[in-house]
Amino acid sequence: MIDCKGLTKQYGPLRAVDNLSFRVEPGEVLGFLGPNGAGKTTTMRIIAGFVAPTAGSVSVCGFDVESQALEAKSRIGYLPEGAPTYPEMTPLSFLRFVAELRGLNGQRRTTRLDEVIGLLHLESVLDQSIETLSKGYKRRVGLAQAILNDPEVLILDEPTDGLDPNQKFDVRRLIRTMSANKIVVISTHVLEEVDAVCNRAMIIAHGRILADDTPAGLEAQSRFHNAVTLKLKDAAQTAAVNAAVAALGEVAETEVDADAGRLTAFPAPQQRPLTAISRLAVDKGWELAELHQESGRLDEVFRTVTGGASA
Amino acid sequence: MNAAVAVLKRELQSYFLTPVAYVFIVIFLISANWLTFGVGLLYERGQADLGPFFTFHPWLFLFLVPALSMRLWAEERRSGSIELLMTLPLEPWQAVLGKFLAAWLFTALAIVLTFPIWLTINYLGNPDNGTILAAYIGSILMAGGFIAVGSCLSAITKNQVIAFVLSVIACFVLLAAGYPVVLDVFSPWLPPAIVDGIASLGFLTHFEDISKGVIDLRDLVYFGLLIGTCIYANTLILGIKQAD
Repeated sequence: MIDCKGLTKQYGPLRAVDNLSFRVEPGEVLGFLGPNGAGKTTTMRIIAGFVAPTAGSVSVCGFDVESQALEAKSRIGYLPEGAPTYPEMTPLSFLRFVAELRGLNGQRRTTRLDEVIGLLHLESVLDQSIETLSKGYKRRVGLAQAILNDPEVLILDEPTDGLDPNQKFDVRRLIRTMSANKIVVISTHVLEEVDAVCNRAMIIAHGRILADDTPAGLEAQSRFHNAVTLKLKDAAQTAAVNAAVAALGEVAETEVDADAGRLTAFPAPQQRPLTAISRLAVDKGWELAELHQESGRLDEVFRTVTGGASA
Repeated sequence: MNAAVAVLKRELQSYFLTPVAYVFIVIFLISANWLTFGVGLLYERGQADLGPFFTFHPWLFLFLVPALSMRLWAEERRSGSIELLMTLPLEPWQAVLGKFLAAWLFTALAIVLTFPIWLTINYLGNPDNGTILAAYIGSILMAGGFIAVGSCLSAITKNQVIAFVLSVIACFVLLAAGYPVVLDVFSPWLPPAIVDGIASLGFLTHFEDISKGVIDLRDLVYFGLLIGTCIYANTLILGIKQAD
């Protein structure tokens, strides 16, 4: 378990993290979302034991990260922002170095090295110096060192940054498979990632928690939640359809995207207008090109919650 | 201790993976030979000892050792790998000790590689090999002192040039502490007892004692304390500034 109590980090006049308190339980994959400069990286650095908080405390698996640093650090796998490594080393010698510091030896060391090399597909670059590798490989070497000793807690700062879509898919699948009995905290500003891997999402801005929910819960806060979007085969009918849809009791208001020819009907409180709209469409004989219900848009929630904040 | 050894091995490995090791050793050997034969006139003196060789060691170290030690922490800071290193399960002092020992072992290797000069003098005459051994030990101890100071100063910045300049200045002050160039700065306004104290902090005093063939416990304690203090200060600096 990660238990943060009243975390605060002050850099001169700037309060990077402002009285953050939260707990993360095993099995949770927590996604930190927030604009740049929101305090995500600083919070992760505090949990990993790299930055000391100005006030407050963090315990990881019952060990205080400041007073019992070694016990806490040995339970955390950490991918720092930018995945720093030693560029002159090869992935193999680098991973061996980390294994040694992690106290892995003998058969277990060999097994774990083989496993993570396989999981992150590093076989072909093992003997090449890290500085000559592509950004994607560098990131995967960083991930490999983080998961090397199969830690109880994984802190990953932007784990898929710089990866191509296939690699992103692989890494997300890897995080999901590893997360069963672990605590995983990732930071990202790729919102689709939250849906793909997280079962809990926290929006942070100016060092404060603005929202803390499941991804579905966050989407439910969107005004697009349960909204119905439709498109007519004949765009000329859109105005008439708009008037009919807007008149429904289940619909609070409508919006027309003239360029795309789409009409979106936002639900009245506690309503799901999909049934009513589809029935209306059948009754009136509208020819539809598209009709779907939206689950909510994370990016819109993100913008609303953070108020367009960025630093 | 295992953690310090792991850091030591990684550091040594990196010296030889980059040109640092080869450039350092080649420049050190060429300079040492030139100073010994070209400036110190080892042949022309007609004496079977390595006096001219060891006399130049402090001045050679003054520039070469900070060039080696400047990267110890500044480079980790610049590249961000310090964040990786310091979040692995090891105590900060283990990282400091491992890096210091790696640099020291490496410098010791460079010093030992000057052995052809020793072979030459043995071929030419019958030198006192005990004195030469003592001088070698003194030279390696002094290099350790330089490295400890340089490592400590490297930890305060992410800029290797700043680390180099600060280390050269600090090492020069330590080298010359027993000489008027430094003492004249302090003697007008400090009580004589303190000025004497500063004088006794000088590297040269202690190195010259040892290179005469006398390994005095006080000289060993001096270098031991100096290295220990610097490692301690280095660890403190990291604790305060590691994330900046």
